[in-house]
Amino acid sequence: MKEITILSGKGGAGKTSIAAAIASVADNSVFCDCDVDAADLHLILNPDIKETHVFHGAWVAFIDETVCTNCGICKDNCRFDAFHYNEGGQLYINPYQCEGCRLCERVCPQGAITSSRSTNNSWYVSETRFGPFVYARMGPGEENSGKLVTQVRQKTKEIGKERNVDFIINDGPPGIGCTAISSVTGSSAVLLVAEPTRSGLHDASRLVELVRSFNIPVFAMINKCDINLEATQLIEDYLIEQNIIVLGKIPFDATFVESMIDKKTVVEYDKNSDSVKQIRAIWNKLVDEMHSRVA
Amino acid sequence: MPYKIAIASGKGGTGKTTVSVNLQYFVAKYLTRNILLVDCDVEEPNDRIFFPEAQITSEQEVSQMVPEIDPDKCTVCRWCVDYCEFNAIVVIPPVNFAEVNASLCHSCGACIVACQEGAITEKPNPIGDITCLNTGVGQGLAEGSLKVGSAMQTLMIKELKKSVSDDYDIVLYDAPPGTSCPVVETIADADYIILVTEPTPFGLHDLILMVELLVDLDKPFGVVINKAGLGNRDLHAFLDEQNIDILEEIPFSREYASIYASGNLLDHVDEETAARYGNIIKTIERRYLQYEGNNYFKW
Repeated sequence: MKEITILSGKGGAGKTSIAAAIASVADNSVFCDCDVDAADLHLILNPDIKETHVFHGAWVAFIDETVCTNCGICKDNCRFDAFHYNEGGQLYINPYQCEGCRLCERVCPQGAITSSRSTNNSWYVSETRFGPFVYARMGPGEENSGKLVTQVRQKTKEIGKERNVDFIINDGPPGIGCTAISSVTGSSAVLLVAEPTRSGLHDASRLVELVRSFNIPVFAMINKCDINLEATQLIEDYLIEQNIIVLGKIPFDATFVESMIDKKTVVEYDKNSDSVKQIRAIWNKLVDEMHSRVA
Repeated sequence: MPYKIAIASGKGGTGKTTVSVNLQYFVAKYLTRNILLVDCDVEEPNDRIFFPEAQITSEQEVSQMVPEIDPDKCTVCRWCVDYCEFNAIVVIPPVNFAEVNASLCHSCGACIVACQEGAITEKPNPIGDITCLNTGVGQGLAEGSLKVGSAMQTLMIKELKKSVSDDYDIVLYDAPPGTSCPVVETIADADYIILVTEPTPFGLHDLILMVELLVDLDKPFGVVINKAGLGNRDLHAFLDEQNIDILEEIPFSREYASIYASGNLLDHVDEETAARYGNIIKTIERRYLQYEGNNYFKW
C-alpha cells in the first residue's frame, strides 16, 4: 500500500481537481482530504457519510467571574496577549488568542480558570463511487489543524489496510506550515501540482525543500501549462535542475470548472478530452514510478 | 493609528496577492502614499515577486524562545512534563534524560513556572525572517518568511505585525489562504476585510467559511469577485441573499493570467484595471473617512 500526497505550495494550482480526477482513474484506492481548513474534495466526491466524529480541538481557557479577584497573575503569565479587561474592568480571555497552554489555570490563586476543548470540528468516514473517503470540517478560526490532519490520515490508513488497497491518495493543503507537514510526513511520495507562474515556482521550490527534508520522493505535473509559455519553461527548467520527473502537462481547460459545477470529475465530464488523456498518462506513469523506484 | 485592511479569501489562488499589490498601487496613486503592504502569507510569501527592482532596507531574524533543560540542575521530577500541554518534553528518570522537543514547543513558559530547581532556561530558535523592502510603491513592503520546516507560522505572523509601526495612514495585510489560526492572526486587528473569491463551487464553499469567521469576529467586509465569468452564478445568488457588498468584479482573462504569471502586474496597468480599483477604493475611502483615528486622511 503506497501513500501519495498531492501538494503544490501555491494555492489554486489544481490539487483538489487533480485529486478528484485521479480518484476516477485509480483502481483499488482510498482517499483523504488533508486540507482540513478549507476542504473541497467532498464537493466532487459526493460522500455517503458512514461515521461522524467530533474532533476535540485546542483547550480554551475561561474565567469564572464569580471567583475571580482580578489579581492579574494570569495576565502577567500569559505569553499570548489573550487577557483583556472588559468595560466593567473585569478580566476576560479572548478565545481566539488563547493558545491552550493552561498555564493561567495553574497559576490562578483562586482556581477561577477552567479550560475546555472546542467541539467545533468534525471528521467523517464515508463511501464514494470511487472508494472510501475520509475528510474533515474545521470550525472557522480553529486551531490544531495539524492534529486533525494526523487523525484523518490515520483512519484512512486503517481503512486502506482493511480493504487491502494499492494506493492512498491525499489531497493536501496549500503552504508549507503545520497542516502541510502533517499531510506529508510518512508518505511514500509527493505529487507536486506545479502552477507555471513566478509565484508558483517560488512556492514549489519551498515545498520541494520541505518534502526533501523528510526524504520523500517528489514527482511533478504542470497544470494550466499554456497560459504563459515562458513561465512554464522556467518551472520546467527548475524541475529538471532538481531531478524531479515531470509526469505530464495539462493546458488550461475550462472544463475543470464546468465539471466541478456538475459535481463530476473532469474524467467523468468528458472522458475523451485532451486533459483527461493527459491525466491518465500522468497517473499511469506515476504508478510505474511508484512500483519501480519507491519503497 | 493606521486604518488596517486585510485581504483574505478562504480558497487559495483566488487573487489575494494580485488584489493586494494593485490596491496598494492605486491607493498610493489616488488616496495616500503613506500606505504599507504587509505580506502575512509567511509560508509562501509572494508579494515581493511583483517588485523585481525592490531594494531591501532591513532584514531581521525572528526566533522562538525554546526551553532548554540543564542536566546538572534537573532532578527528573517531571513537573515540567505535567505542565506541558503540547507533549513537548520527554523526561526518563531511570536514565536521567530530560529534553524539550523544539518542534512541538509552543513557547508558553509553563515548564519554566513548573520547575522548582531553576533548571530551565530559554534559548532562541530561529523560525523565520522579516524583510522590509523599498518597492517604489507607497511605503513599500514588509514580508514575513517562515523558515522551511518550521510549524510556527502563527507566531511568525504575530512578530511581523508587531514590527509594523503606527506611522502609516493605511496598512494592507495580504493574508494566507485557509480559515484557521494563521488567518485569524492576520485579520485579528483589521478594521476592514476584503474577501477575494472566484465564482466556482470551491470558491463559494470556502468563502462561506470565511464569512462565518468574519461574522463571529464581528468584522466589516466586502467581496471582490475575481475571474468573473468563469463558473456559475451561485456565488452572486449567495452574496445577494446575504446582503454582502460586492466591491468589484474582475473578469477572467487569459491575458491577465499570463501577465500575473510573469510577475508583471504593475508594468501593464491599463485604464480598465485603474477604473476597477478606483471603484474598490471609493468604497474603502467612505469607510476610511468614517474611521476615527489620529491620522485619518483628509482630502
